[in-house]
Amino acid sequence: MNKTCRIINLQEEYSQLFKENISLLENGAPEQMNVLRAAAFDSFISKGIPSNKVEEYKYTNLQPYFKGTFDVAFSSDGAINNNSEKFHCGVPNLDTYNVFMINGWFAQQDELSTLPKGVIIGSIRDKAKEHPEIFEKYYNTNAPVDSDAMVAMNTAFAQDGAFVYIPKGVVVDKPIQLVNIMTGENDRLIFQRNLVIVEENAQVKMMLCDHTISPQKFVINNLTEVFANENSIFDAYNVQNQHNLTTQVSGMFVHQKKHSNILTNNLTLHSGVTRNNIRVTMDDERCESHVYGLYLSDKNQHVDNFTFIDHAKPNCESFELFKGVMDDSASGAFTGRVLVRPDAQQTNAYQSNNNLLLTENAKINSKPQLEIYADDVKCSHGATVGQLDDEAMFYLRARGINENEGRILLMFAFAYEVIEKIRVEPLKENIRSLVEKRFRGEFDKCDSCVVCGQQGSSVSCL
Amino acid sequence: MAEDQDKILEEVTGGEYKYGFYTDIEMEEFPKGLNEDIVRLISAKKNEPEFMLEFRLKAFRHWQTMKMPDWAHLNIPEIDFNDIIYYAVPKKKPELESMDEVDPELKATFDKLGIPLDEQKVLAGVAVDAVIDSVSVKTTYKETLAEKGIIFCSISEAIQEYPDLIKKYLGSVVPHQDNYFGALNAAVFSDGSFVYIPKGVRCPMELSTYFRINAMNTGQFERTLIVADDDSYVSYLEGCTAPQRDENQLHAAIVEIVAMERAEVKYSTVQNWYPGDKEGKGGIYNFVTKRAICKGDYSKVMWTQVETGSAITWKYPSCVLQGDHSVGEFYSVAVTNNYQQADTGTKMIHLGKHTRSLIVSKGVSAGKSQNSYRGLVKVSKKAENARNFSQCDSLLLGDKCGAHTFPYLEIANNSAKVEHEATTSKIGEDQIFYCNQRGLSTEDAVGLIVNGYVKEVINQLPMEFAVEAQKLLQISLEGSVG
Repeated sequence: MNKTCRIINLQEEYSQLFKENISLLENGAPEQMNVLRAAAFDSFISKGIPSNKVEEYKYTNLQPYFKGTFDVAFSSDGAINNNSEKFHCGVPNLDTYNVFMINGWFAQQDELSTLPKGVIIGSIRDKAKEHPEIFEKYYNTNAPVDSDAMVAMNTAFAQDGAFVYIPKGVVVDKPIQLVNIMTGENDRLIFQRNLVIVEENAQVKMMLCDHTISPQKFVINNLTEVFANENSIFDAYNVQNQHNLTTQVSGMFVHQKKHSNILTNNLTLHSGVTRNNIRVTMDDERCESHVYGLYLSDKNQHVDNFTFIDHAKPNCESFELFKGVMDDSASGAFTGRVLVRPDAQQTNAYQSNNNLLLTENAKINSKPQLEIYADDVKCSHGATVGQLDDEAMFYLRARGINENEGRILLMFAFAYEVIEKIRVEPLKENIRSLVEKRFRGEFDKCDSCVVCGQQGSSVSCL
Repeated sequence: MAEDQDKILEEVTGGEYKYGFYTDIEMEEFPKGLNEDIVRLISAKKNEPEFMLEFRLKAFRHWQTMKMPDWAHLNIPEIDFNDIIYYAVPKKKPELESMDEVDPELKATFDKLGIPLDEQKVLAGVAVDAVIDSVSVKTTYKETLAEKGIIFCSISEAIQEYPDLIKKYLGSVVPHQDNYFGALNAAVFSDGSFVYIPKGVRCPMELSTYFRINAMNTGQFERTLIVADDDSYVSYLEGCTAPQRDENQLHAAIVEIVAMERAEVKYSTVQNWYPGDKEGKGGIYNFVTKRAICKGDYSKVMWTQVETGSAITWKYPSCVLQGDHSVGEFYSVAVTNNYQQADTGTKMIHLGKHTRSLIVSKGVSAGKSQNSYRGLVKVSKKAENARNFSQCDSLLLGDKCGAHTFPYLEIANNSAKVEHEATTSKIGEDQIFYCNQRGLSTEDAVGLIVNGYVKEVINQLPMEFAVEAQKLLQISLEGSVG
């Protein structure tokens, strides 16, 4: 069921949207989700959609993007129409367990009989009811609604998403790919809520891909909560590939237990306005976390990566690397907050943010932050903004490489440092070629778009 | 070994404030509180021309519409602005011809602080515009400076005698609506210093002012204005110590610097206001707006600060690099101990072409203190070939303190090269071990390492100041360590 809402006055009309449709929101959703809605909504309304007056959103004013006339789906049949079933996605040569979502609603999944025993994958609506003991233990425990207005909004409005549970000791052999397809005849407001639990000694790699396949304006607020329990290994690759009218606020909240090892890599290859909220809480000793990101922006695109690494316990290590290439009138922002709490001794935290500005209209704002309350720590951060090295360019040209080719080579070498961190070999290979194509300017042509694999489709995926 | 080290650190960081004393001089005070009448009264008391009253009133009215900012990483007790006396002046305003006429008690205060206000001054080569609670009582070397055409006087005097210069430059770098405490200062500032260096003149001596808060409940609102005309050079020193007392005191000063073509201004600060006792009781609130504008091409401004005092330090000496090829530099050592808090850093705003800036910030936190670096490097769209390098290091002594870094990089030009580096660490056991091996006690080793760590900044201070700065570092951190 679809409803159309017209948003001009943010506060009032989002209030109205929530209050008028509360019964629809609650209909069929798990109890635990519904219980939290009212409080989350209050928190959201008191904070409002963040503008650049809010310190954490200083470089991204979301307010204008959340205005407009949107369709909102209050049930799966409203989100999924016939058109969407034609879609088939897959990175070539990449064998994955595929899970499809359409406009934030769980749509279908491949035959998953080959999945290791005990692994649960499915719609959060259904699986929460089937396994309430797991769901209630974890849902919304790592994404406090008062921490961020967009988290509160998601908690208030989200109805569906993916539920992934990897039981003790299970190593999932292939990556799990969550594909969210955005489509519709009208502009759309989309909420999605994922919950991923990796139990002790389990390992899983996930890809989260968001694609727009129709040219309408999409505003997405998604949130993924991840729980990495003792000795677990978790990877998340967030491939963001949307057309210029898309506004995406993407949350990734990871909670780590003892000896766990996590990696998140946000690959923003094409977007309208993207805001990534990445939050890693190391709530036990000897955790390791790797938080990476690559953003390639041109036209009027805007990418804002906001990361918060919380060293709550001693003996943990974190590594952060974000690299960006800004072309045309693109603007980018990076905030890297590293918090070392009192008594979190023996912490090592490294952070780096490097940016290339290619044109005089491109802009970058970088805000690395260290907040340290323990003394036996090694923390460092670095941020640079610059251009391609003239000397390196000269070196290449002296060896007969023309300027354009030299530029691409250097840019690619710059970006490769992040691609290198991908721990799934075929995906690394794909992203590598994708990025190279992007630099060659071939990316805008849909037939070369290997991410969504839409060869021959009449609708541009970008 | 580790225990030893802890013990020594405790000793080292437990040093009491050595400059705590209080001089009893008769004061003339206004009633507590702030309203338009007080502002008018201050202006009238100082016999100011009409435009100054206008300036103050505009600022005051704007201030009333503002709210105290709360974005800093500081925990500031609520300030009751109506519980502050906004004007205090020593009653006997001495008409000074020679040193003999200086109030002996006042002179003793200066002696305790080690200001060579007497004949030795000639040898020391320092001209002092000494400020005790808001009004300049003594300015030396005026004649020598006057020969060169340099104006160095209190700002009240400048308002009387050089109204054109004041009108032109006062508030031109920090406008009255700039920030909360800036507006407050513009409304109620009592006195301060004014420096004007004419075209082509190189100021032959270091100019210096000693600030001293000296009356109960008197917020001190200083206003300093330095104008360096084309091809001139001046080095200005500002330093302060304050008597020990219990009640919190607010200090909201403004320093404005204007550097014209090829002018160079060096502004050095040693700040050692009363930091509060070991339990965090009392201490000065140091909320200062310092900003320089490099107006002309090839001009240069250099801020050097050693911040060891104050319960709360909240200031960002900034450079607006407007002229092409202009240069801004910032060197800072901020030391916090016990319950002190500091949120300090700089802003480098690149507007002109080929502008360069350098930031070197060294934070040392001990005890239960919180020390933050917050800095902005902004390269505007037209600032071609801008270059910035920032280095922000934090050293942690003790496991209850905090060290934070909040740099902001806003770059809108693709020819800019901006680099920022920050590290946080404690003194390594291997470093101490190395020193021990070579016969240094752990105590000496800590002192040595801290001194080496801040050397890069201390080196930028003028000789006279470098000595005092090192002393202050020892007092605030090292106690008995030599």
